[in-house]
Amino acid sequence: MAILIDANTRLITQGITGKAGLFHSQKCRDYGTKVVGGVTPKKGGTEIDGFPVFNSVAEAVKATGANCTMIFVPAPFAGDAIIEAADAGIDLIVAITEGIPVIDMLKVHHYLKSKKATLIGPNCPGLVTAGVCKVGIAPGFIHKAGKIGIVSRSGTLTYEAVHQTTLAGLGQTTAVGIGGDPIHGLNHLDVVKMLNEDPATEGIILIGEIGGSDEEMAAEYIKSHVKKPVVGFIAGASAPKGKRMGHAGAIIDGNSGTAAAKKDALRAAGVVVAETAAEIGAKMLAAMKAAGKA
Amino acid sequence: MKLHEYQAKALLRASGLPVPKGEVVLNPAEVEPALTKLGMTSGVAKAQAFTGGRGKAGGIKLFKNAAEAKAMTEQLIGMTLVTKQTGPEGVKIESVLLEEASSIAKELYVAVTLDRAKANIVFILSPEGGMDIEEIAEKTPERILKLYPDFGKPLSADFLQKGAAFLGLTGVLAEEFAKIAQGLYDLYLKRDCSILEINPLVVNGSGHLSLLDAKVILDENAHFRQTDAGGDPDADKDPSEIEAAKFGLSYIKLDGDIGCLVNGAGLAMATMDIIAHYGAQPANFLDVGGSATEEAVTKAFEIITSDPHVQGILVNIFGGIMPCDRIARGIINAVNTTGLKVPLVVRLEGTNVHEGKALIQGSGLNIISATDLEDGARKAAQVVKAKA
Repeated sequence: MAILIDANTRLITQGITGKAGLFHSQKCRDYGTKVVGGVTPKKGGTEIDGFPVFNSVAEAVKATGANCTMIFVPAPFAGDAIIEAADAGIDLIVAITEGIPVIDMLKVHHYLKSKKATLIGPNCPGLVTAGVCKVGIAPGFIHKAGKIGIVSRSGTLTYEAVHQTTLAGLGQTTAVGIGGDPIHGLNHLDVVKMLNEDPATEGIILIGEIGGSDEEMAAEYIKSHVKKPVVGFIAGASAPKGKRMGHAGAIIDGNSGTAAAKKDALRAAGVVVAETAAEIGAKMLAAMKAAGKA
Repeated sequence: MKLHEYQAKALLRASGLPVPKGEVVLNPAEVEPALTKLGMTSGVAKAQAFTGGRGKAGGIKLFKNAAEAKAMTEQLIGMTLVTKQTGPEGVKIESVLLEEASSIAKELYVAVTLDRAKANIVFILSPEGGMDIEEIAEKTPERILKLYPDFGKPLSADFLQKGAAFLGLTGVLAEEFAKIAQGLYDLYLKRDCSILEINPLVVNGSGHLSLLDAKVILDENAHFRQTDAGGDPDADKDPSEIEAAKFGLSYIKLDGDIGCLVNGAGLAMATMDIIAHYGAQPANFLDVGGSATEEAVTKAFEIITSDPHVQGILVNIFGGIMPCDRIARGIINAVNTTGLKVPLVVRLEGTNVHEGKALIQGSGLNIISATDLEDGARKAAQVVKAKA
């Protein structure tokens, strides 16, 4: 068991004929993901490195039975690409593209309310169910099948947590990068709920950063619902106010969205807060031992 | 991307919203033609700068005739305006808005912005216009109302009624408010705004609403379709930040003494944090991105070392897409071309880590290798302390 993606995932890539789209389609296939094709308008009917290319997501779904898509379409067109995937009946949409205008994402967000599709991202690394399925751009080799579920707004911090839990011998169930944009699909709360309900996941790592209130919302839920050990880390304690730190969503507006407030909310919910990114794995191992799970 | 007041008002005016008439001037010679065009002799001269509190700092002045307007423009352009928001370094004034003076019966506050948690646009209203909204929020939070539109639809009658009532507007003024609110909402969506703040929105001496001051920030991600809005994405940035952006680097200059070169925004922040945790201060935020070239890494290194405050450098890379050997080559190139005047600590992990470490060791350069993130941060903090 794991969450969101597994051996039944049938993946297509929107923007598969682009450099990044093709490279990561190959890497996902190498990892064991069933990559059944890709979409690039006007290139339907062709093939690229063994992947059949379709003109539209609807055609790709009809021909391949795809249920998941990863999007590498350039930012100005990525909002429409998400909507196209939802209209074609895709279950899980993973938007890797960075730099989509906020207004486009607001339109997408409200449009998806009437659709069955689940969105992850945009501006995210995707997700990996260790040893089984990889969707997105995470380096596959650092993952090891195991007990820990991970949710994070940052790509490289996700890799850091994966690497450290692998070294600690804990391994992972599914690691999900939800992305660094202000308007995004699944948030911390949604993924924490899924990990909490997943029997294979015995411990949870939540990685957040300054800006917004996603982490506080997840903390509320953890407080009353989660019995599994949870370790949290928040990046940006040393970031100045009012400056966007790389991610579009990583900004302290006035006095809201600070790392201190988020850490307090997590601690109040019983989460073990790692003071530095270097001790996430060690804190998780200690928490698992204390719970008799490692 | 911030817009100047005159640029913001041009957008508002083009949307049919009531703003005072005005013209921007870049030098005293432009003053008389501008006043002739406006058909006025007296008015107000407003220094154009990305800061609040301009009035108190001497950046807004009334003039009675063209000669006074000229003298004020002469004085304002080129001066450094220091307000409570700018800090002691202040901001340089490059243009002045000459505007008709408005009589003010009442000052209100209206802003349109994004509510991330609700994934919707929010209107923030207050009858306490003219003050900083954070000041109002602190002193009289009950004097602030947040209203949410039904996304994708025009503002509802209920929304507009509630808004007008809260602001104490009735009759003709309530009707004017309805038009202004809808106009602001449309403009926000059409122009990819992140903040559209009217402070103050005034009831003027003739009993009409007028948008007296406007602060507009546009979404940088949407710049490709808003190039005619007049904003300059680089206007508010440090020159080194602009240079970095050309190479796909996300760089923010800070006040500390340890330069950081990291891949990924989250890890870059976490690296700054761990440096601070070990008692030193980061000199910058720098994310080289997930697919940086060797050239970009070299450039990143140059930008970091050009900051005279930097006493040590910490490179922290978790190679995912980007292999560690590429980073290593970029660093070695940079050190070979620009030299290395401060201690350099390098922590590499992930894709091709062994190749990367071997390159660094074989380079013969004086680079301190770190086994992991904690080791890297400790060593970087130590070298800076040892120098101090």
